[in-house]
Amino acid sequence: MSEESRLLFDVPGPRARRRTRIATGASLVVLAGLLTLMIRQFAIHGELSAAQWSPFTQWPILRFLLTGIEQTLLVTAVAAAIAFPLGAVLALARLSRSRWLRGPARVYGELFRAVPLLLLLYVFLFALPRAGVTFPVFWQLVLPVALSNSAVVAEIFRAGVLAQDRGQAEAAYSLGMTYGQAMRWVVVPQAVRKLLPALVSQLVRLLKDSTLGYVVSYLELLHKAQVLGEYYHNVLPAYLVAAACYVLINGALSRTAGWLEHRQGPQ
Amino acid sequence: MPRELTATLGQLGHGLLLTLAMTALAFTGALLLGVLLALCRISPVPPLRAVGTAYVTLFRNVPLLVLLVLFVFGLPDVGLLFSLFLTVTATMALYWAAFVCEVLRAGIRTVPLGQAEAARALGMTAAQCIRCVILPQALRSMVQPLANVFIGLALSTSLAAAVGVAELTGQTEFATLKYDDPLTGFAATTVVYVLITLSIGLLAGRIERRVAIRR
Repeated sequence: MSEESRLLFDVPGPRARRRTRIATGASLVVLAGLLTLMIRQFAIHGELSAAQWSPFTQWPILRFLLTGIEQTLLVTAVAAAIAFPLGAVLALARLSRSRWLRGPARVYGELFRAVPLLLLLYVFLFALPRAGVTFPVFWQLVLPVALSNSAVVAEIFRAGVLAQDRGQAEAAYSLGMTYGQAMRWVVVPQAVRKLLPALVSQLVRLLKDSTLGYVVSYLELLHKAQVLGEYYHNVLPAYLVAAACYVLINGALSRTAGWLEHRQGPQ
Repeated sequence: MPRELTATLGQLGHGLLLTLAMTALAFTGALLLGVLLALCRISPVPPLRAVGTAYVTLFRNVPLLVLLVLFVFGLPDVGLLFSLFLTVTATMALYWAAFVCEVLRAGIRTVPLGQAEAARALGMTAAQCIRCVILPQALRSMVQPLANVFIGLALSTSLAAAVGVAELTGQTEFATLKYDDPLTGFAATTVVYVLITLSIGLLAGRIERRVAIRR
């Protein structure tokens, strides 16, 4: 029995157990009905035919998709490599004692967390080139993703540092450490360790954001699925395969985050 | 005011209306479906729990844009053709419902087990215990996370522009291409999005303070 159900329900007696069994049977019937309906809908429109799915058994096509996954991971990794350090710097700026650092960092955070990523992407696609600043396609995708995620990462870092026991910093000061030393040797290392699961979860969001390569025509997984689907006239299977890849990769990341959290144990 | 500017702002206004409509409808849908999913996930019926868990795992891990292109360009292939607005709004509702479900469950989990045990010890039935003891406490802790979902949803409606809905972000792009004046459009739209998120945040803060229990 899971935690919520132990909270919500008492241990079931014989009558409740019988009702559960009846509900189990009924819901199985309904679910089977829904599944049949779905498969029928697919079959009627020929989406289950071999021609629709056979491209995905050929090695060149699979390699095409695999390089798409590679590009997706590359975009995610580069964006993370920019967003995480930048977020950390922003968080330190927001926590600093100087008003001239706190103010701009705060404005940056509020602004980039409030602007939709697509709008930011359009700025890099349409507005900046007018001003004479043009980036290669890769950076047109990576920079907006990194900028918008750095604001979120900064929030995560800041929350982590603030959540720490004040005694830690105070003990460091009483040992004669300066603010910078206390941050560097005592506060930040502990915060990062505690934040690791949240940062891994943030990778999921970065990976999701990389799908905007579809908009800037950068050949990552989603855009490659689109190209395949249009070439072979099997749009639906192509997107379904792409979706399955995303579920697998993100699922693995989420699991890692969960495992890291579990390893730290209850705080 | 120059004519171009008024025309741009008029276009953006139309886009804004569409964005707000999508946000409101999708959030309502996500709330309803999210409650349903949460009920499935906490119910003692194994198949329903499995479906709830599978749904949440799938929809939380698929990028929204993938879902959008899948539903907008893929569903017509199996004979399910709806209007673009309806498809996009429904897709957002489906996607965010998974997050709503997790918020609801996390909210319920914040209630200490002792509360339910005390309620049962007082002789309350399961329904009374949930209605009078657990939900009032759980709902309070859900305000802020639900507001975060709402903000995320409002911002994610911009992705509809990528599949051809002329909402705020889409209109901004058109205006940029049409009037050769990228700055005004982007600045105005940014301000609008900041206003939307700020007002949702403020509203959530007020609700949270309003319902807080003073001890």
